[in-house]
Amino acid sequence: MVAQAFFFWIFATVLVASGLAVILARNPVHSVLFLILAFVNASGLFVLMGAEFLAMILIIVYVGAVAVLFLFVVMLLDVDFAQLKQGFVQYLPIGGLISICVGLELWYVTAGWTRSPHAAPAAAPTALVGNTKALGLVIYTHYAYFFEAAGLILLTAMIGAIVLTLRHKVGVKRQDISAQVARTPATAVELRKVASRAGL
Amino acid sequence: MIIGLTDYLSLAAILFTIGMAGIILNHKNIIIILMSVELILLSVNINLVAFSTFSGDLTGQVFALFILTVAAAEAAIGLAILVAYYRNRGSIAVADINALKG
Repeated sequence: MVAQAFFFWIFATVLVASGLAVILARNPVHSVLFLILAFVNASGLFVLMGAEFLAMILIIVYVGAVAVLFLFVVMLLDVDFAQLKQGFVQYLPIGGLISICVGLELWYVTAGWTRSPHAAPAAAPTALVGNTKALGLVIYTHYAYFFEAAGLILLTAMIGAIVLTLRHKVGVKRQDISAQVARTPATAVELRKVASRAGL
Repeated sequence: MIIGLTDYLSLAAILFTIGMAGIILNHKNIIIILMSVELILLSVNINLVAFSTFSGDLTGQVFALFILTVAAAEAAIGLAILVAYYRNRGSIAVADINALKG
């Protein structure tokens, strides 16, 4: 229990600090790296809570894919980020005010919620079969349609990202297979009657 | 001391607040705004997993899994839009994104 509390405070502190660093860093590359640190710490918290599968998914999907995607885009675009940072101090009061209001509201909810006595009883405990297996048992039975919908969302995102960023350059020779197959002697060969000693 | 549900909820609330402050403070840089949205989604995930663990119900973790999926798709689409926009206009400052005259 002591070790759990110790690791909770370490992970929580680093998570909040790196979250702050994400929004305060001058260089967006540093922001992305702090975002990766935040995700790693959040996955540590998930492990503490016993959600091992989600912790690994967080590492693989977020650190492996999403954060690297952010890093690519930040480095790909030639943007003057110092100029985009202007107005930061100017918006500090209103931003701080709104944040404090929302934080107080969230604190009020966090401190004051109660469980309804009519709440449905909890599902099967995860300790018996392990977190990953228990999730698999639920996902492919109760939530099969939602799971397929998630796959559909990913497919849509993939097609959308490709379509958005694909561009055909003019002047680049590409293979056009249908045109090649549709070629006939009538369209490909031209017969000319050449006069003797005249040339074309 | 024993770490309870309230500690996780407080942590998620702090993270949510940080993400919101990030959107307001970095209102000119859309990449940081997208990162702040990721932070907010992460805090929501922490909430769901905490409730799932402390009430012994797996539904929260399933929900967190779907949120993760949607967040990944959102990041991919958002960054693709960003790259396409940068190609067309040569700028990603939020103030310059006014093609719809909104």
